[in-house]
Amino acid sequence: MENMAKSEKKNTPLLHIVKRDQGTVTWYYKLIVRAVAILAAILVSGILITILAKANPIEVYGSMVDGVFGSSRRIWNMLQGVAMLLCVSLAVTPAFKMKFWNIGAEGQVLISGLACVATMMFLGDTMPTALLLVVMTVVSVLAGMIWALLPALFKAYWNTNETLFTLMMNYVATQLVAWFLKAFVKNGSGVLTPMPEYGLPVIGGKAYLLNVLLVAVLTIAVYVYLRYSKHGYEISVVGESENTARYIGINVKKVVVRTMLISGAICGIAGLLLVGGTNHTISTTTVGGRGFTAIMVSWLAKFNPLYMVLTSFLLIFLEMGSQQISTDFRISSSIADIVTGIILLFIIGCEFFLQYRVVVSKNRKENVK
Amino acid sequence: MKKFLALLLAVVMALGLAACGNNSSTDALTESPLGVKEITKDFEVKADFKIGFICLHDEKSTYDKNFLDAADEVIKALGLTKDQYIIKINVPEGNECYEAAADLVDQGCKVIFANSFGHEDFMLKAAKDFPNVEFCHATGYKAHLENQPNYHNAFASIYEGRYLAGIAAGMKLNEMIASGKITADQAKMGYVGAFTYAEVISGYSSFYLGAKSVCPSVTMEVQFTGSWYDAVEEQNAAEALIARKCVLISQHADSMGAPGACEAAGVPNVSYNGATVEACPETFIVSSRINWAPYFAYIIKCANTGAKIDTDWCGGIAEGSVVLTGINEKAAAKDTLKALKAAVEDLKSGKVKVFDTKNFTVEGKTVTGDNVINGIFEESKTQSAPYFDLKIDGITRLNEKF
Repeated sequence: MENMAKSEKKNTPLLHIVKRDQGTVTWYYKLIVRAVAILAAILVSGILITILAKANPIEVYGSMVDGVFGSSRRIWNMLQGVAMLLCVSLAVTPAFKMKFWNIGAEGQVLISGLACVATMMFLGDTMPTALLLVVMTVVSVLAGMIWALLPALFKAYWNTNETLFTLMMNYVATQLVAWFLKAFVKNGSGVLTPMPEYGLPVIGGKAYLLNVLLVAVLTIAVYVYLRYSKHGYEISVVGESENTARYIGINVKKVVVRTMLISGAICGIAGLLLVGGTNHTISTTTVGGRGFTAIMVSWLAKFNPLYMVLTSFLLIFLEMGSQQISTDFRISSSIADIVTGIILLFIIGCEFFLQYRVVVSKNRKENVK
Repeated sequence: MKKFLALLLAVVMALGLAACGNNSSTDALTESPLGVKEITKDFEVKADFKIGFICLHDEKSTYDKNFLDAADEVIKALGLTKDQYIIKINVPEGNECYEAAADLVDQGCKVIFANSFGHEDFMLKAAKDFPNVEFCHATGYKAHLENQPNYHNAFASIYEGRYLAGIAAGMKLNEMIASGKITADQAKMGYVGAFTYAEVISGYSSFYLGAKSVCPSVTMEVQFTGSWYDAVEEQNAAEALIARKCVLISQHADSMGAPGACEAAGVPNVSYNGATVEACPETFIVSSRINWAPYFAYIIKCANTGAKIDTDWCGGIAEGSVVLTGINEKAAAKDTLKALKAAVEDLKSGKVKVFDTKNFTVEGKTVTGDNVINGIFEESKTQSAPYFDLKIDGITRLNEKF
């Protein structure tokens, strides 16, 4: 700065943005920035609620908390919601870390669910329960893997655009489900009666306990895989730079295909849990956008599976909370969506202040004179 | 130049406002030949009574708005306090519906109502898990099959509303024939349907029979869209029908696609689910819809007086479940109101039956079978949801794929 020529000084803007050296950002600074962001979000949306919905913002936030923690059933629903969203998020994370933009989780989960429901429907009464569960698991996981493998092969060998490819595969999966319901639901209503008799077992008398436990185990497994295994290291290197990966002898094609197979397999588990463990039936909306929300969960947590528990919780909290707001206050669900949007915007926005710092030019004042 | 532009803009906006002022005129409608009946309160609502409503979407969907409006009307008429009702919106047709119902039970609801076809299995599951709470479901068909005492289905004999709307359509055709605009064999109507389900088939068949009762030479073509709400597809279907020389259009789908296409082409339209006269001042004739308020009042009364709720409840004209909007005299034929009032009386007294087998044939033959009693096809008797799905003569389906 001191050595700058006078003419340059004159053009120095009042503010400029400098990237932070990540080593120097302390944990308490991160905590403060995030806390301020959340407080600011609550304040801004509170003002909006008061103006648009003419409701008391403190009551509105109280109703959000009540909607998530208000009864043991709601807490279980929250745990189930977090588990399902987290499971899909775990699926997209290895691919994202590799900078393979898999936005096809929605379809990968749905096609696994379709495979699972077809197994329940056509093979349910032909084999003992234990064997059926094994077949359901294998079939679901395989279906997810196939749906992920296709775009991966095309990407690895012909460098096609994986974003478009995976996106389009979602529509294929949705239409296959629509066709399945039209063709195989005998009464022509297009609604398949649930088959809880062929579902995953209920443990401890709690409908969602098995789902929650399985996803908890999966979370740790994915964390260990990405952090401590050789495969995880290869994924990071391919993500940082394919050329570096090639230079140090990593077979990039192999890593891309292998990682997408893992992504697809986890989507398969999500499909199994959603259909076999929750709904016991399928519709075109069974996945309900989780394949896309998962992208946000994964990004917000910087692809760290342990942080993803928190970000999944945040999104489920906002979803269930805003549902409760529109029930309690009879305000349009659009206002609840606006509140959710504002809170997310502030949380994502505060990352800016963790990555960069805003510097006020010291020399400017004397130049202006 | 800037000033000129500003002036131009001001003029355009002023004209725009004036145009809006002209358009927004539901006053253009006559009184309704079959209007909304006021809910009367003839019982005491217990202090600990609570009802829960589950809706698939929110007020942005015309289908759900119809339920929400009815719920509001009943809440007001029966004087329910804020602690006596809970409305859950945007509840998907999956396990979420079961959880929503269970949550309503936790909060003390004695009666729980769900409005979408796909909610049925999850409501049934909740009914089995909570035998002390009454579960009511609109449009479903499983109540009479399941033998679950606290689970009930409901619908309305909307085919009667469609029949009445069909009479208005037939009279319009007669007017066109009398004025020499078309010949009697050119009296062809078009119908935009969502799916090839009985609900839609029953609807368009009764509409057609209503028209035929006044205009014997009428024929009809039906185009399906494969969706309950797809503005573009519905508009395309209506335009295709108009291009095929259909001189009047009606529809059974939830968007403004078909009525909009009719207004643009100047083709008369018989609407559904409420008046579309604001957007279609020149072409809207009349519209029928189901009013759910009488059913809500009925289940609330049952829950409070200890009476049993019907396994299958099908509200008709007498119950006030089927209603018509007023008539737009700009588009409708002369004396439509008078004719519809007379037809309402005929349906009420039972003098006229919509699916009288004397009035229609299938492949040239009179219909017989289990549902035909004394020459009448008895619609909505064995279950509340419609099941008339015959392909009657005079109606051509242009596509079958849905």
